[in-house]
Amino acid sequence: MKSAFSSRNRKVAPDTKQAPGPRRRRSRSRVLSAAAVVTTAGLVLSGCGQGGEQNNNVIDYWLWDTQQMPAYQQCADLFQEENPEYTVNVTQTGWGDYWQRLTAGFLADTGPDVFVNHVSRYPQYADLDVLLPLDEQPATADQREDDYAEGLTDIWTGSDGHRYGSPKDWDTIAMFYNNQHLEDAGVSPEELGSLEWNPEDGGSFEATIAHLTVDSNGVRGDEPGFDKDNVAVYGLGLSDAGGGTFGQGQWSAFANSNGWQATDTPLWGTEYNYDDPQLHETLDWYFGLSDKGYMPRFGQFNEDDGTLQQLMSGSVAVVTDGSWMIPAYAGNESVDVGTARLPAGPNGTAPSMINGLADSISAETDNPEAAAQWVEFLGSEQCQSVVAEAAVVFPAREDAVERTEDIWREQGINTEAFTGPIDDGDTFFMPVTSHGADVTALTGPAFQEIWADRPPSAEVLDPMNGAINDLFIADAAAQED
Amino acid sequence: MSSVTTRSSRPPAGGPRDTQDPPKRRPKDDTRIALIFIAPAALGLAVFLIWPLIRGIWLSFTNYNLLTPAEFVGLANYRRLIADPIFWDSMKTTVYYVLLNIGIQTAVAMVIALLMYRLTQSTLLRGLVLTPYLVSNVVAALVWVWILDTQFGVGNQILGWLGIDPIGFFTDSAWAIPTIALVNVWRHMGYTALLIFAGLQTLPPSVYEAARLDGAGEIRTFFSVTLPLLRPIMALVLIMTIIGSFQVFDTVAITTGGGPANATNVLQLYIYDMAFDRFQFGYASAMSVGLLIVLGVITAIQYRLSRADSSDMS
Repeated sequence: MKSAFSSRNRKVAPDTKQAPGPRRRRSRSRVLSAAAVVTTAGLVLSGCGQGGEQNNNVIDYWLWDTQQMPAYQQCADLFQEENPEYTVNVTQTGWGDYWQRLTAGFLADTGPDVFVNHVSRYPQYADLDVLLPLDEQPATADQREDDYAEGLTDIWTGSDGHRYGSPKDWDTIAMFYNNQHLEDAGVSPEELGSLEWNPEDGGSFEATIAHLTVDSNGVRGDEPGFDKDNVAVYGLGLSDAGGGTFGQGQWSAFANSNGWQATDTPLWGTEYNYDDPQLHETLDWYFGLSDKGYMPRFGQFNEDDGTLQQLMSGSVAVVTDGSWMIPAYAGNESVDVGTARLPAGPNGTAPSMINGLADSISAETDNPEAAAQWVEFLGSEQCQSVVAEAAVVFPAREDAVERTEDIWREQGINTEAFTGPIDDGDTFFMPVTSHGADVTALTGPAFQEIWADRPPSAEVLDPMNGAINDLFIADAAAQED
Repeated sequence: MSSVTTRSSRPPAGGPRDTQDPPKRRPKDDTRIALIFIAPAALGLAVFLIWPLIRGIWLSFTNYNLLTPAEFVGLANYRRLIADPIFWDSMKTTVYYVLLNIGIQTAVAMVIALLMYRLTQSTLLRGLVLTPYLVSNVVAALVWVWILDTQFGVGNQILGWLGIDPIGFFTDSAWAIPTIALVNVWRHMGYTALLIFAGLQTLPPSVYEAARLDGAGEIRTFFSVTLPLLRPIMALVLIMTIIGSFQVFDTVAITTGGGPANATNVLQLYIYDMAFDRFQFGYASAMSVGLLIVLGVITAIQYRLSRADSSDMS
């Protein structure tokens, strides 16, 4: 399916953009259908700016992370110095609105030329033909796989074999803790970083989390008389039940070390395993921590504030979060934050999900050559070392990552917590499959329900898994026709 | 649609005049002028309502992802709609919302209207009743999110003083829909009250005099005189507010985004997500047509039951 469209549909795409709809009647219906598109899409369009317009030498670049903005602005300045004929406009939009804005941009041809992409989204964009394959652009064709951290180019290679993203960074998950709470409880950072976990009784991990929990009378979670309904400090923080489908920053590592694989094959799987009892027992244990008072219940903290606020306000002792959040946790002077590796699970490993962002080129770009040059520059040693110096994420290039680690180490961050799983070979990728938006739409409410209403997770996930796999079965059937 | 009714009522009005003063230079009928006057509104109606409606219905029979040309798939989207548990679930959620919202709103608005009618002539007070309606939906929703925040909201602070544990108004699946319904009651009750109040002012004082002479008390008068006479107005108010209520979107999108779980996944939100997040414009259009049919049927039933086209005042 994929290889067939690359040559055919791409030629059709440009003129359908202006007037999608019945193509029989010409002159008048064109105006009308344009008006109709404007009215139906008006809601989304009204929020979007004038990207990608007119001047072919202006490259519009979109990203969502405010913290990374300064580093990439610096890259843009460097790029303009080297290529005075081009201007790069960097635009930041919060994650919540980013994808809607992007969609509206694709529809109205006001989108960016180059944008930061996510693995949960790019397969759909590749299917919709809105991304340029980087291996077909002269500037990016020669990007070398082994310049980048292991596996990063794999996740950005589509099921059709084309490369749709140039890796820019990678991230793993670890625990962030409030040192004060640890000291009060008499738990050392080394202890916290070498715990083990199992779905039956939670192991030493649950015992430690319980010990770190304190109720409003000062009674700890593992002491008699603990009042689970009036907790002052929760042992473990939680803000988002599903973390975008796979519990990336929440339960993904627990499920993985209990033997769960999200999809039948790590990349481009066509069958999801949300009906796996190993996942169910993990989730029942994990969200059960909130029943015991060791973890907040759903809605107790404002979801928009995230686990960052929970830790910073002193309401929780430990949270699990991604390495991209290091600057935010470490940047606060008032709270002494440290990092520790996730616990080891039943299979004996202490794994972490690994994921990475990449830059993609919109198929609507007016100047593919300039866009590709900019993407090439973003992935080059020069720009990556700027990113490394900013120490906001682990840069994708092997030659840049050490600098970031050094800076973080100087700031007192234990980077081992994040790199340990890589060194031990215990990382696993965020699954890349088609139907990302559908899967997200179906899983989001399901995980929320498990946390909020606490039914047995099998009851919620089994039917949901069926609904997801039906999408792939329908694909297969359509292909046979 | 409205242009049809205007046109059909035209000839009788212009007819007699033509026969009475024949020698004038005036054209035989005013159709051309009328059309010019109607044109701007009719154009707007055609471009912004009728054409999108037709196109939406067409799209509901296609597979359309917004970026590649639509592909005709017959009734597939409707078959999927019938089998989609989330669609029916969100239909139920929407109906539950409408029942709460309209039930409470109409009762409260009626009380406010009666109070305004009987107790005060103050225009300032009438203006004040309308103020929540002047606040944009988005702003109203945001303000209520802050007021009702589980941790820091003033609302829960006050409940705390009363010795009540904090309630997750927007985060508890049992509370979310009632809370959203009440936020919208708060916003719309003044406007609805004003409509009812206008209706009350059309009622002739003579019937009340007669009721008083017959010895009817306040309550008896309300149920036996006011309410029956107000029926056509109430029918209009209900038809308008129910249609509006079924289309609830912004308050939900801002306060809960459909959560927790799917507890507040109202139809419009589901349609929006399907179209603009999941790129399934065809299926989203089919659901919109479904909503259109539901609203059409409900309005027709209401119209019949309330005999909105006739009045008891004659």
